[in-house]
Amino acid sequence: MKVTIDGITVDVEPGTSILNAARQIGGDIVPPAMCYYSKLAGSGGKCRTCLVKVTKGSEKDPRPMPKLVASCRTGVMDGMEVQNITSPEVVEARKGVVEMLLINHPLDCPVCDQAGECHLQDLGFEHGAAKTRYEFDRRTFEKIDIGDKIQLHMTRCILCYRCVFTADQITNTRLHGILNRGDHSEISTYISKAVDNDFSGNVIDVCPVGALTDKTFRFKNRVWFTKPVEAHRDCDKCCGKVTLWYKGEDVIRVTGRKDVYGEVEEFICNTCRFDKKKTADWVIEGPRKVSHQSVISANHYEFTPLPVVKTNPVLQAANKDQFERETRL
Amino acid sequence: MGRKLLLEHINVPGINTFDVYRSKGGYASVEKALKTMSPEAIVEEVKKSGLRGRGGAGFPTGMKWSFLAKPEGVARYLVCNGDESEPGTFKDRYLMTYIPHLLIEGMIVSSFALGASTSYIYLRGEMMPQVRILERAIAEAKAKGFLGKNILGTGYDLELYVQPGGGAYICGEETALLESLEGKRGNPRIKPPFPAIAGLYGCPTVVNNVESIAAVVPIINEGGDEYAKIGIGRSTGTKLISAGGNLKKPGVYEIELGVPVEEFIYSDEYCGGIANGKRLKAVVAGGSSVPILPANLILKTINNEARLMSYESLSDGGFVSGTMLGSGGFIAYDEDACIVRNTWNFARFYHHESCGQCSPCREGTGWMEKVLHRLEYGHGKMSDMDLLVDVSKKIEGNTICPLGDAAAWPVASAIRHFRDEFEWHVTNASEATSRNYGIAHYADPLKVVETA
Repeated sequence: MKVTIDGITVDVEPGTSILNAARQIGGDIVPPAMCYYSKLAGSGGKCRTCLVKVTKGSEKDPRPMPKLVASCRTGVMDGMEVQNITSPEVVEARKGVVEMLLINHPLDCPVCDQAGECHLQDLGFEHGAAKTRYEFDRRTFEKIDIGDKIQLHMTRCILCYRCVFTADQITNTRLHGILNRGDHSEISTYISKAVDNDFSGNVIDVCPVGALTDKTFRFKNRVWFTKPVEAHRDCDKCCGKVTLWYKGEDVIRVTGRKDVYGEVEEFICNTCRFDKKKTADWVIEGPRKVSHQSVISANHYEFTPLPVVKTNPVLQAANKDQFERETRL
Repeated sequence: MGRKLLLEHINVPGINTFDVYRSKGGYASVEKALKTMSPEAIVEEVKKSGLRGRGGAGFPTGMKWSFLAKPEGVARYLVCNGDESEPGTFKDRYLMTYIPHLLIEGMIVSSFALGASTSYIYLRGEMMPQVRILERAIAEAKAKGFLGKNILGTGYDLELYVQPGGGAYICGEETALLESLEGKRGNPRIKPPFPAIAGLYGCPTVVNNVESIAAVVPIINEGGDEYAKIGIGRSTGTKLISAGGNLKKPGVYEIELGVPVEEFIYSDEYCGGIANGKRLKAVVAGGSSVPILPANLILKTINNEARLMSYESLSDGGFVSGTMLGSGGFIAYDEDACIVRNTWNFARFYHHESCGQCSPCREGTGWMEKVLHRLEYGHGKMSDMDLLVDVSKKIEGNTICPLGDAAAWPVASAIRHFRDEFEWHVTNASEATSRNYGIAHYADPLKVVETA
């Protein structure tokens, strides 16, 4: 099937969503997605950041769709024409959605563990206004511990339902869901019960904001001071392929391997995530490639001296000293 | 005197019992439909009648029925939407309380037409008396052989169940209703697929309003063509209007579509005018979610023609100067009503009832409510009106279900038509907490725009 997104045509399988078709093209025309997660069945359609305009329904029925549609949950039709960043209407609507997502968000990025790898931060940076027009108290919640390793801080939650789908799809019994309605709805375990499952830690990885955090990593470090390294181990429960986040010699966090859209490649088990924090537990594969635009790559330039330094041993030594001083911080 | 099709025998004592209802010609349509007509013929009659969904959207019922997928070996369901919770609308509750057999008769005929052998009546959680009334009526009908196995010896089986919900407004949205009926949290589903393809338990399902289903009875009895003669233009038949607010005689009225609004408000046959000799200030014509109109625009369209109670005439002028028939919740405000307070009240309702699934509605309804609360209590700013319009625009059309639109329209229209009153709440903040703005110019005759 042929679908044209912002003037770029791509051939996709029938049944592909517009968002996935856009991801096959890649680049700036991929709509942002806060709630859609390709590994979770039934996710998407809720955050409305991926709204796009369908200017031509299909080859057979060329009428445009009357409203903006959620690209993550709308299938492509042959000959469909979609506008994302080329439509001012879409850009305006997305700006509105980002504003709505931020009005009840605490904006406590300076103390939030997710800062630096937070999708809402990126989204707000790309689409949001510098100031909010919201002048009322934001909703707040008490922090809840879901088990001894995960902490839920509902105040930061944007209700994307990803963790609900994760908890639903890794266990047979439903322990995790939404209580209440509207803007007072909250994610919760059934009467503050722990989610007791070998894969429960994945709710941390799927969370686009800092609402679900790893208690073994909380307040230990900022992500841009840590070094991501790919590693694997033989695990009888999961694939064992992870990213280790080093601070100096220590592994301070273990997560699944996330792709460019922030989605983990494979879910990992709690043993790998919380208990194996020694280099000896892992077979190191090499440093993880981080997009140069990401704040995580900020401290990871390779040491390439300038040509003038190369010829001068004194400068070389001074430069090395300085570099070591700075990387120690 | 308009014709009554649904409420013709409403004043007969004991009409809520099977025997009295039957003696007044009840269940004749079941006999006619099951014994002499094919399901396709019934759908054809309903199409011919031009009946439009009475729940609010006004989508043609016959068309909706013909969209139902009919795969082999898959059950089909008919679900009656009795989750009537729109502020200002109470017609379905009235119908179910006083003449429950009319709904059951309609359910039997409609289920037969759609080939459903199990049908549900989903009621709002607060309607427990109606649940008991309907269950008693179903038991009576079953005892007389109109429900259950082999109805009237025609070989058609139908089981009818009444299911109360938990009292959430959002469960009146058809996909949320189906989720709730399946025992899940009442969140609207993301469409497509539409219920006509995959609805209740993944099977093709039709969801119809109580009044739409009841209206099938006179359509079968008299024929679709006869039914289409009543009414005006594409608004055929009769409609129950729940008139409320500051009227002399509020209540449920059955009108032939096409009655002038002025006649509906002021004639003794209907509402009998405004109570206590006051003057009309504004009207919400179809339940809280439709745009509010000032008195001059509800009585006359922008072209100075008389406005009629019909789908087309009420929406004449679009969003600029029109409104919608909606579910028929007609609320009249007299000169003492405060539009700001009323708008805040509606916004508060939608804030409370938003399901919280998609972000614009979840956050936007709360935001609008807070701004309106501030305006009403004298802490508003001049910029608040523009802010409200902007927020309502960001909600409208960007949500999963129509609740977002329903929350945005009353706010946007109130500011469009009553901006003076909103501004007065800001400039005269202390006065606004002690007295109302009054009728001002809202009932003045419209200025006729000269056309070149």
